[in-house]
Amino acid sequence: MHPAMDWFSLPSLLKFLAAWMLLLSFALLAQRRLLSLIHLLAWQGVTLAVITSLVAQLTDDRLLWLSAALTFALKGLLVPTLLHRILRRLQVRGDVEMSLNVTSTQLIGIVLVIFAFALAAPLSGALPAVTHGMLGIALAAFLLAFLMMITRRKAISEVVGFLAMDNALFFAATSATLGMPLIVELGIALDALIAFVILGVFFFHIRESFESLDLHWLERLREDQ
Amino acid sequence: MILLWLLGSAIVGVPILALWGDGRKGRWLFIAINFLVLSCSVLAAKDFLQQGPLAAMGEELRMDAFSLILVLLNSVVGMMTAWFSAGYWQQEVQHHHFGKGRQRLYHAMFQSFLATMLLALLSNNLGILWVALEGATLSTVLLVSLLLSCESLEAAWKYFILCGVGLAMALFGTVLLYFAAQPVLGTGAQALLWSALHHHAASLNGTVMALAFVFILVGYGTKVGLAPLNSWLPDAHAAGPSTVSAVLSGLLLNVALYAILRYKSLADAALGPAFASRLLLVFGLLSLLLAAFSMLRQHDVKRLFAYSSAEHMGIICIAFGLGGPLAIFAGVLHMLGHSLAKTSVFFSVGRAIQESDSRELEDLHGILASRPVLGWSLLLSVLAILGMPPGSLFLSEFLIVVASVQHAWFITPLLLLGLGTAFAAILPRLLQMLYGAPNSPKVILSGKDLRPAFLQILAVMTLGIWIPVSLDGWMHSIVGILQ
Repeated sequence: MHPAMDWFSLPSLLKFLAAWMLLLSFALLAQRRLLSLIHLLAWQGVTLAVITSLVAQLTDDRLLWLSAALTFALKGLLVPTLLHRILRRLQVRGDVEMSLNVTSTQLIGIVLVIFAFALAAPLSGALPAVTHGMLGIALAAFLLAFLMMITRRKAISEVVGFLAMDNALFFAATSATLGMPLIVELGIALDALIAFVILGVFFFHIRESFESLDLHWLERLREDQ
Repeated sequence: MILLWLLGSAIVGVPILALWGDGRKGRWLFIAINFLVLSCSVLAAKDFLQQGPLAAMGEELRMDAFSLILVLLNSVVGMMTAWFSAGYWQQEVQHHHFGKGRQRLYHAMFQSFLATMLLALLSNNLGILWVALEGATLSTVLLVSLLLSCESLEAAWKYFILCGVGLAMALFGTVLLYFAAQPVLGTGAQALLWSALHHHAASLNGTVMALAFVFILVGYGTKVGLAPLNSWLPDAHAAGPSTVSAVLSGLLLNVALYAILRYKSLADAALGPAFASRLLLVFGLLSLLLAAFSMLRQHDVKRLFAYSSAEHMGIICIAFGLGGPLAIFAGVLHMLGHSLAKTSVFFSVGRAIQESDSRELEDLHGILASRPVLGWSLLLSVLAILGMPPGSLFLSEFLIVVASVQHAWFITPLLLLGLGTAFAAILPRLLQMLYGAPNSPKVILSGKDLRPAFLQILAVMTLGIWIPVSLDGWMHSIVGILQ
């Protein structure tokens, strides 16, 4: 194959998208505005759907097409739209409050990525040929989302971190094992949907009781009351 | 077939209670459904005695001795909780003026919690096990936030987020397990079936299994209430209704631990027993000590006993970490005894809180004089949880200490320190609750409401003196499953 053509081949596109996924995780970590945070999450969902469909194309796995469609519908469209609506209905304004500034979080993030790659390196030999090297990225994205959850203060940004973690999980499942068995995948999707409905209900209750979605209010339960 | 009936009867209860779960008929329906579940599980136990491990739906559902014991425990405690809930919930409804919708929500979510736990125990597919545990978490979130007060919303939020993170880690562990299983068992659902995995466990990739087990232990460990990720536990116990605290402590923690142990038996075969056992020992000791010392400074009665659950889970983890027939036997016995005793503690505490309208320990005193029946059930159940003979917790704790001297003498002093601290934290507070000046005139409560609590205490005491022959046999075959 001509070297210039190789850039546009499906496997290299897949590698590019995997790297893009990691970049989006860092962007989520750096973003201060709630609205942009949700947009980034939607982009991550769409990227994930494209990655899954590419893997499906390359491995000729029909179940993965279903998973890609599900990912696109749930993570790319439905969840971001609902979050967006909640944001508007509740009129949450302004920026994300962080308990740690952007620079230090990014630096910790870099350390986490190195750690994840080191952890995944001995496993990469066993990965499917198509997704070679992607497990490290998935693990890194998972840890970055975890970092995001523990450094954020607002309920909505915690949820975004949670959903980013979910994306990373699906990414890991696609890259390590070419998706989970169908019955498990359906179960997970069902759980995620129920969780999201409960979250929505919850936001309104929290808003009513605390007049704010800032988790500062949620710090009354302490040991030393 | 009986497995399908068992699971079906529990699941069908959810929509029934969602539609008709209010008022008097709701309480009766709740009892009736759980009685049906209990009868089905007794029938399943009978089948098990004749045929050995049962399977249904092409091995997707499977019941061996370990799941059988926990299924029986769950259905007995579920039935007792439904029975106790009848009187307790009626008072709560009057006190908080819950509408019909909220009553249906309570019963339906409670039933869905019990049903998902049953699914977790019966599922042979480790992916479905995860789905079921997530389902159990989601059902209890709504139960914890039932009062819609600031406190309960906060507790439910914390529970949701912390357990969500824990379960995400556990799912990562499940993905890694599937990754390790694929070269051996091929793609598809059979690669996540525990029985198949157990058969081929020795040929799983060791590095992947080690990573998977760490994720599983931290992930499901969050639900078991293992330190350091257990700060949801006291909040959720304190904020929800007492019936919910009872099943959270008595059943959910056990089921999450059951999941970890299933993985441990796979990791042991792939890696040798040292790796997973040491991790369990470290986490168990850490939880035991942290929980025991946290208990010393509690002033809320439900938080006190919630920490006590974390402490007991630590002890059970130590037992399984020690390994060997004696410790595993003691661990399973401790799981049984703790569930039965802790649920009756929460039943009694729940009634005491209703009587004095406060959860603060300083407001609860003189119960033995003002409410004799309640005082006795509190006394007996708390003594059982403290490991007093003839309760079965005495026997299991004694065996665990003996096993620790045999296998790892250096943890014995720490174990005894934890047990002693917990004792020192609970006993003075128990005495203060029972004696002292009563804060209201003597009222003879009808003992009817507390019958489930007394029955469970009786069961704990019986197990401490005499373990039925078939139960003994099952517990020995668990040793075979987990080793």
